[in-house]
Amino acid sequence: MDILAQQIFNGLVLGSIYAVVALGYTMVYGILELINFAHGEITMMGAMVAISVIGMGLAAGLPALPLILLAMLAAIAVCMCLGLAIERFAYRPLRHAPRLAPLITAIGMSILLQNIAMLIWGKQYIPFPPVFPQGEHRLLGAHVTDVQLIILATTLLLMLALTLLVQRTPLGRAMRAIAQSQPVAQLMGVNVNRVVAATFAIGSALAAVAGVLVAANYGQAHYYMGFLLGLKAFSAAVLGGIGNIAGAMLGGLLLGLIESLGAGYIGPLTHGFLGSNYQDVFAFFVLILVLVFRPSGLLGERVVERA
Amino acid sequence: MNARKRAWLAALALALGLAVLPFALDGLLGPYWVRVLDFALLYAMLALGLNIVVGYAGLLDLGYIAFYGVGAYLYALLASPQFGIHWPFWAVLPLGAALAALFGILLGTPTLRLRGDYLAIVTLGFGEIIRIFLNNLDAPVNITNGPQGITAIDAVHLGSFSLGRRQEILGVNVPSTVLYYYLFLLCMLAVVFVSLRLENSRIGRAWVAIREDEVAAEAMGIPTRNVKLLAFAMGASFGGLAGGLFASFQGFVSPESFNLMESIMILCMIVLGGMGNIPGVILGAVLLTALPEALRYVGDWQRHLLGRVVVDPADLRMLLFGLALVLMMLFRPAGLWPSRRRQREFAATGEVAEQEQASLFDARR
Repeated sequence: MDILAQQIFNGLVLGSIYAVVALGYTMVYGILELINFAHGEITMMGAMVAISVIGMGLAAGLPALPLILLAMLAAIAVCMCLGLAIERFAYRPLRHAPRLAPLITAIGMSILLQNIAMLIWGKQYIPFPPVFPQGEHRLLGAHVTDVQLIILATTLLLMLALTLLVQRTPLGRAMRAIAQSQPVAQLMGVNVNRVVAATFAIGSALAAVAGVLVAANYGQAHYYMGFLLGLKAFSAAVLGGIGNIAGAMLGGLLLGLIESLGAGYIGPLTHGFLGSNYQDVFAFFVLILVLVFRPSGLLGERVVERA
Repeated sequence: MNARKRAWLAALALALGLAVLPFALDGLLGPYWVRVLDFALLYAMLALGLNIVVGYAGLLDLGYIAFYGVGAYLYALLASPQFGIHWPFWAVLPLGAALAALFGILLGTPTLRLRGDYLAIVTLGFGEIIRIFLNNLDAPVNITNGPQGITAIDAVHLGSFSLGRRQEILGVNVPSTVLYYYLFLLCMLAVVFVSLRLENSRIGRAWVAIREDEVAAEAMGIPTRNVKLLAFAMGASFGGLAGGLFASFQGFVSPESFNLMESIMILCMIVLGGMGNIPGVILGAVLLTALPEALRYVGDWQRHLLGRVVVDPADLRMLLFGLALVLMMLFRPAGLWPSRRRQREFAATGEVAEQEQASLFDARR
């Protein structure tokens, strides 16, 4: 019972991070129909910048709480600039090109960012300084750290804020309008370039926060960490129905739970034939299974075939 | 001189050029580049295989490397001391291609209802699943030898004539890499021939029809499901063949060679070269194989320009590679050598008021 509670809790923490990163994928996809492969690397950049700022702040003797906020803000600022620059220089010129062309520039950008990070921060794992509270609790039989509680609270808050932004503000309405039909939105006076740029900025800011939280949770960061995280988050977005904001959140949480429960129970279920190293197989298998039965994801709208 | 004669002469010159190419490279740049050339041919085969799936049929496949892996591991298991089996290459290579085709159908059957990017993520997942299995099938029964991979794989050989070592042919001392070059060239020409014939066949036209408008294609009586499955199977069989060749050439396979980045790289080759156009795809494959190798010389350039090596060239290599991908795409969004049909489409997009269906190929509205 304790193991079950523990795995569910770990899955929720992991899943909430996937959800926040998946939001960035799904927003961009909803508007531009582009898989922004560089999004995972933005997450990594957020973690790296935060670690550097915290390192400098600790050397200057700053107290923990303002330091965390400062690091978050720095990470968000850098990632927003990166996201805006990538959109402006790598994607916007190709907005009317064949669909796979921006996919290739996205891959190029991803490789580029990884290697820039490697040049700046080196190839080794970088420890995340223990500035977050390090307390541990027992909750319903599960072993819970302060950092995990902070992650859950922050990600929930972010998801709530984003939902409000998309549903209740003029910017959100413009985003939804462009997602439905770019030419019509343009005719109604929506400045497409500005809204797309805003989308990238918001998605990158979310990625920055997610990056800092992931690094804090595992206590380390690495220039390659964004690749797998981005892949999982993208899978989560597709699982929920890509382009759908609630779907990204649901998909993220589900994927986290599947992975965590899969890793915990795959051994006993198969009588030791498959071990926890098949965790990813389990996640992808469920993803494929869901898509076979619901080809547009869990919450995705059914694509109406044109007559 | 009439046109027919000129075409024959051009073909003859091309054949001669291809025949002496490895010796010229060896002399000009060193033996290492012959190895690079061999890999370029392998990648060209892979790219032509993926081109059938993505370029002709318009199905975005991000797990293509799995078929390469299937072919390579089959060769490794049937021609190495791993199980003590040493089958000849002419039996194992077709078997690898067939097994890869079977895997293609296995992947295709449940997933062909999916569209566009949903298909992309499912194929990606499939590729990862295959890789993880290769990585972990050393327990409880040791089949793939896990992350260590399989070593001492037999070289391609007929009787006592092995491509794995230097051979004396007509008084010329030919190294193993050059011998393999001729084998790979032959295989690639066969793949090109099949691709060419497919392109203008009933099946090839059916693929293009599905790519352009699936509903209309179905209305015209094309059995879309089977034709799409055939695209997966054909593309996969090319991958399986290339995989077998890779295993025999390298003498060693490990799951590391079949990761997602490789799938992405092959996709980059066909998009960059010019999707759907055979010479373009080959050009893309050769360029993207050679580029990271050429970037090894960055250290020398730094010494010439700045007087010393500021940044380790090994670290700078992939950075420049990423940058090159972005720039090439920005300046040639339709690829370096697009097919004539696409060039026309591209020139016309400004005037076309409404497009029928957003396929992978179309420029977006």
